[in-house]
Parts: sequence; structure tokens; C-alpha cells
Amino acid sequence: MTVETQTQGQPSTTAPVAPAIELIGVSKSFGPVQANKDIDMTVAKGAIHGIVGENGAGKSTLMSILYGFYKADAGEIKINGVTTEITDSHVAIASGIGMVHQHFMLVKPFTVLENVIMGAEDGPLLRPSLAKARKVLENLAHEYELDVDPDAIVGDLSVGFQQRVEILKALYREADILILDEPTGVLTPAEADHLFRILENLKSQGKTIVLITHKLREIMAVTDTVSVMRRGKMTATVKTSETSASELADLMVGRHVTLEVEKNPPNVGETILEVKNLCKTDGQGVKKLKDVSLQLKAGEILGVAGVAGNGQSDLLEIISGISAATSGEVSMRGESIDLTDKASAAMRRERGIGHVPEDRHALGLVLPFQTWENSVFGYHNNTEFSGKYGLANQKAMMEDTKKKIEKYDIRPTNPHLLASNYSGGNQQKIVIAREIENNPDVLLVGQPTRGVDIGAIEFIHKQIVELRDQGKAVLLVSVELEEILALSDRIIVMFDGVIQGERMPKDTNEQELGMLMAGIDPEASS
Amino acid sequence: MNKGLPKWADVVLIPLLSLLLAFLVSGLVVMFIGKDPIQAVQVMVSGALGKFGIGYTLYYTTNFIFTGLAVAIAFHARMFNIGGEGQAGIGGVGVAAVLLSVAWPHWTIAIVAASLGAMAFGAAWAAIPAYLQAKRGSHIVITTIMFNWIGSALIVYLLVGPMQAPGMVPETVGFSAGAAIPTLHDIFPAFDKHAPANVSLFLALIAAFAVWVLVWKTRLGYEIRAFGHSEKAAVYAGISPLKIIMVVMLISGGLAGMMAVNTVQGEAERLILDTVQGAGFVGIAVALMGRSHPVGVVLAAFLFGILYQGGGELSFEMGIPREMIVVIQALVIMFVGSLENMVRIPVERLFVRFDKGAA
Repeated sequence: MTVETQTQGQPSTTAPVAPAIELIGVSKSFGPVQANKDIDMTVAKGAIHGIVGENGAGKSTLMSILYGFYKADAGEIKINGVTTEITDSHVAIASGIGMVHQHFMLVKPFTVLENVIMGAEDGPLLRPSLAKARKVLENLAHEYELDVDPDAIVGDLSVGFQQRVEILKALYREADILILDEPTGVLTPAEADHLFRILENLKSQGKTIVLITHKLREIMAVTDTVSVMRRGKMTATVKTSETSASELADLMVGRHVTLEVEKNPPNVGETILEVKNLCKTDGQGVKKLKDVSLQLKAGEILGVAGVAGNGQSDLLEIISGISAATSGEVSMRGESIDLTDKASAAMRRERGIGHVPEDRHALGLVLPFQTWENSVFGYHNNTEFSGKYGLANQKAMMEDTKKKIEKYDIRPTNPHLLASNYSGGNQQKIVIAREIENNPDVLLVGQPTRGVDIGAIEFIHKQIVELRDQGKAVLLVSVELEEILALSDRIIVMFDGVIQGERMPKDTNEQELGMLMAGIDPEASS
Repeated sequence: MNKGLPKWADVVLIPLLSLLLAFLVSGLVVMFIGKDPIQAVQVMVSGALGKFGIGYTLYYTTNFIFTGLAVAIAFHARMFNIGGEGQAGIGGVGVAAVLLSVAWPHWTIAIVAASLGAMAFGAAWAAIPAYLQAKRGSHIVITTIMFNWIGSALIVYLLVGPMQAPGMVPETVGFSAGAAIPTLHDIFPAFDKHAPANVSLFLALIAAFAVWVLVWKTRLGYEIRAFGHSEKAAVYAGISPLKIIMVVMLISGGLAGMMAVNTVQGEAERLILDTVQGAGFVGIAVALMGRSHPVGVVLAAFLFGILYQGGGELSFEMGIPREMIVVIQALVIMFVGSLENMVRIPVERLFVRFDKGAA
């Protein structure tokens, strides 16, 4: 029961060191859903330990248990060899656990310093706490390459720096074990590299790091050990040096998957969609798009790379008729398209523009709707679905849905299931099936595989390539560079509302695109 | 949503359990003021469902079906129409305006015309808040409440001014005999002669059916529900929020206005002050309890009809003060509406345990 637990995978020193985290038989269920089943896991002290798994595999639940957000139904947690009952996050913090959430928990109008001490003030007066924090922050900056201006307003910082503030918050609370949940989702490749350097530094100072991610490349690059979760169970724990990305992918999915996209060279036709000098200023006066021009040709996939929030979403929303442009022109086959707020997405669909939105939960699906309702969403006024007197032809809708379910292998196959009851991959298949089956000339695709399991990614990529092979034009927005490189026939990179550069996939690489994404033109600077 | 809970439990069991709890607590309250709760139940049931009382119960039920449907349809678009009170009141003005305009030859024509007037005026009263919401983002809860007050002031002005009958009483002249609609007693002699329930009960049931068709069978209803679940998704699908807000509020106001056919044409037979008497607000509770489903609304409206009529009997027969009856009604609303999870969560757990045992 006490400190003398023997650990495996630990370089043998004279006295065995207790692992930083040890989970024994941890289980957790939410109603009938078992999110974690009998999880055993050991995280060695001073190691970077990766946890991979598809969406819904139970990674986040497990970490939430560790951080005291949820209480496990069964099992034991040992921190540094001591059995600890983590009833809430205070206990977790007191045990030396720090967490960097995927969505930052920062007060944006506060300064860095104010954010760091928040919840860890020493007394009723702020001044002594702030002074102390300033000193601690200085030391931390030296030690770990974590420089942040303590007096900067957090809202003014880039996401990379905001993330550092999150790490500083954890370190200020004297965390020895740092859990990072999908930390690179919002970072440029350069920022991600910097993050990994920080993690290496922390590791060399004896900190333990748990890295949750779905990016296998990152796992291979920085971790020492990696645990794979599937359907709530811990299926394998291996040394990173003894495995490969494709082996991990197979372990995550439970069958063999191919990570590469197979496609023939494109058969590019004439320009179908042309965007000229598009500008968008939002309600706060922020310029989201500045003079964006592009041409989309039949039979090609044009990839739009960029860190989230650099204007790609606005581009998609304007072309798809969801929001109005401030100025500029968009034309389809030479005929211009209404960009004022009188336009609607329905008009775009009539013109043959389909749209797989970036956020399928908020836009692409009505979660409390049944599949047959979702699978005609946006096309419900099509003649084949219209009955007399404004009635809906539900029979036709149902037939159509059944066909899509079969063709796109949507599971479960029940057309009456609510969208919220599907996995991310199957939800996305519902959206993709709807938009592709309506036979658009132009398909706008935003983050087609975000939160989608690997098995479904393979399928979705194939559908997109097939559409392009039929001579349709695809505008693909993705923050995943790998996806952009694998699918695109041509790549443009957006930064701060501007097209920063255009490349052909065979002439470029992640490093170059990464620099463009950060607003640096490698050709100009070299 | 209802994780693993069968539909019948969700729709029937949970409201019934909540209702039972509400009555238990009400019983305690009645005991607390020194009255016999068992006797109270007897008085209430016989008072509301007896030969004399049922005609009143159904009269109230008719009102509550209309206002309940009004709130329910707005709920489907995730809008909170608190203006049923004003819309029903102004609907009464519409009924009066139509029925006073010509001498109606027969009630069947009169009721159709009066219904159209009630709907048009009720809808018009909802249109301004709806437009302000859709175009300016002024919150509909605030504006509809304001319009309740404006409406009630407007009716007072009309009844002491332009529409007032000769004399001192704030009312219009009586409608012509041809406008008088049959009471339930006229159709089924089993009903008490004095009971006010009339044929507009059937209008209410038709309206409930129409709302069901609209919400679940038409493309407009599909758009309304999509908008109600997610405005962003609706815009993505090309559904105009302006259109949905306007259309839904016009329908909602029209339904609330229809209540006046029951009260003004059916009962008062002239326009008087205070024809609505809180039915607009009861509609909120009815829609909540009825889960915004027309069948639920009809059942809940009947329950509240019983509470209204039976409550009146309680104060008459047992000397339980009127305020106490409001307390009991409030308990019902509280248990069925806001404390629903108190019942739902244990029931859900029970079902999960049951499922596991079976598996």
C-alpha cells in the first residue's frame, strides 16, 4: 500500500522511484455509458507520457478523474506512490498535478500576472501576491524558456503565449505533474515546436508530463512512453522508441488503417468559382479578410492552410451565404453572387455550392434531430421532399436517408436515431453524405476530419477525392497541415486575413507552410 | 436528452409522479391550515368534474388550450411568448369589432368571422414585439410583457371611450342574437344549463390538431424546430431567422387571440374588462407541463381547468381562502415544471439499474 511499489520501464537506479501517477483498476460510467473500464496505467517520474486514442475513447474522462472533475466509480489512484483520493481539483493541485486545458481557462482582460495568481492569492490584498508572482515568474522564465511579459493583457497575446500562461499557472502552483490536453490544436508548427522544447526543458528539470493528443506525429516526436486507449479501455502501453505511427494508428482503431491518401493526378478544368478582393470587417471593427482573391477550378482540391482564426472561417461563411461580405466580389461561372445580408445559404445551394461546415455540432447538424431530419437539412425544400400544402414528404426523406446511410456506411443504421447519439465520425458522414449526394459543383469543406476517428478519416478523404475526380471543385479549409498536404492539388496559406502565399504540394513541405502560417514569407526573408 | 428512458416514462410517468408529489405537498399545506386534505380532494374532484362543475372546468380548459398552444408553438422556436395575456385581450377587441360590425344571421358564420378577427388582432399584437426581436434584438420576454400592459390600457380606453355602450359601465353593447354560439348544454343536455362551456372547445381541439400537423408534418414546422434547436444551424441551412420569428409569433399571437372566441363571444357576449384573467400566464405552465406537445397541452389544460374550477369550489365549500388555491396551483407548476429533475433523475437511475439487471 505504501511507497515501495515496483515500477517497470524505469531506468534502474539504486532505490526504485515510485511512479508519478499510478492508476489501478479505474472505472467510470455515465449512466449506461462506460467511459473508462478498469484502467491500469503507470506514468514514470520525469517522463513524457503520451496518451492517444480516438474521440470518445475515454482520454478526457480519465484526465478529468485525475484532476478531480469527476470521481471514479472504482479503482485506486496513487500519486508519487501515495494513494490519493482526488475529490476535487484542489486536491489535485495540492498533490502537484497541473492541467493545461484544450480551451484555455484565462480571463482575457486581466494581465498575465493577475491570471497566474487567480485562485492562488496569498491574502485579501493583491499587491503582495502580485509581487511574489512576479519574482516566481522571472525564475520560471529563466529556467524553462517560458518568457512572457507579466504585465501584458492576456487577450492581446497570441494563442501560443496564452498557452504559456496556462503552463505558468500550473507551475506557479508548484505542479510536478503537468497534463496537457490537445495542446497543439491551435498552434502554428513553429509554436508547437517551441512548446515541445519547453516540455523537454520541464522534463530535464524532473517534471512529469502527460500529453494527450490525437496527432501521432507529435507522440512519436516527444514522448518516452505512449498509452493507447480504445473504447474506454487501455489497450496498450509501449515505449515510443519501439513503435511507429502506423502501429499506433492500428492499435487506436483496432484494425489496419492507411494514413496515406491515394489519388491520381488532377484533371483540372476551367475556373468555376472566382473570389475577387473580398473584405470582411466584423462588428467590432476587426478586419477578418483583407482583399482576398482566389480562383477555384473544376477538378481540383484547393487547400486553405492556416492557424484557426486567420480568416478561413469568414471566407467559408461568406461564400456559403451564412454571413455578408463588407466588399468584394464572388462569381460562379462568371455570374456574380449576392454577398449582401439579403443572401442566404439556400440561394447558394440552388447555385450548386455545397458546404460541409467547420463546426458540425453548431452548424452542420441539429443535434436533437433524427438522422432523416438531418440528412435533408438545408435541402428540405427540394421538390422531391415537398408535399402539397407545405407538408414535408417524409416518406421521400426517409427513403433518401436510408440510401445515404447505406452508401456512406453510417452507423448505427437507424434513421430515427438522434444526431447527438452518433460518434463524431458518423456525424460527419451524415453531413458529408448530405452535401455530396446533392451533387454540388463546388463543395466548401471546413475541417472535414476534426474530432473524427481514424477509420472514418480514411473514408471521408476518399469521398472528397472522388468528388474531385468527377470534375467538381473543392475548397478545403483545414488546420491540419498533414491533411492539407495529403489532399490538396494546390495550397494557399492564410494569415491575418491575407493570402500569405500559394504553393504546389509537391514543391513545399510542412516547414515552409508553417512559416507562411506564421506570417513569414520564406522566399522574401532568405 | 432522455438517456435510456423509454418514451412512455418520459411523457407519462414523470409528469404523473411530479403531480402526485405536488398534491402530497398541497395536502400538507391544507393540513397545516387545519382543514382535512381528504375532504379537500373530494370537494375538488366533485366540484370540478360533477354535473355542475364540468361545464366550468371545460370552459377554463378551452382558454388554457389556446394560450397553452400559443406558448408551446413559440417554445418550438425557442421563444418565450409571455404576451398571451395581452394578445388574448386584444383578440377580444377583434371579436367585438367583427361581431358588432354587422348583424350576423347565424352563429356558424359569426364564429368563423369572430375567429378570424380574434386571430388577426392577437397576431397583430404579437407582431410588434416579434419584429423588434427579429430586427433589433429587443428581447421578446421584455417587449411582450410591456405589450400586456399596453394592451390592457388600450382596452380600458376603448371601453370608456370609442367602443363604450351608452351608460356608465365600461363595456360594449351586447352582440346580436345571431352571434350567440351554442353552449355545450345546447348540444348535450347532460351539461348544466348555466355552465359557460361552448362549442369553442371544439375549435381549441381543432387548433391543437392543426398545431401538431404544423410542427411535425410541414416544412415550415421543420424549419421552426431547427431554428429552435440551433439558430446558427438554421442560418447554415438557409432558413431565415426573421421569417421564422415573425411567422411563429404571428401564429402564437393568433392562437392566444382565439381564446376570446370562448370568453367574449361565447360567455360575455359583449366586450368587457378583464376577459383574460391570467389565462395567458397559465398558458406558460400548461405548455411547460404539456412538453409543448399539443396532446400534452390539451391534457395539462384540462388539469388546470380542474384546478381552477375545483379551487373555486374549495373556497366556497370549505372556506379555504382563494390565496391558498393559488398556492396549490403554484405547487403544481413548481413540481411539474421547475423541479422536474427531482423526479427525473431518480427515475432515470432506476431504469438504468433495471436495464443492467435485465442485460
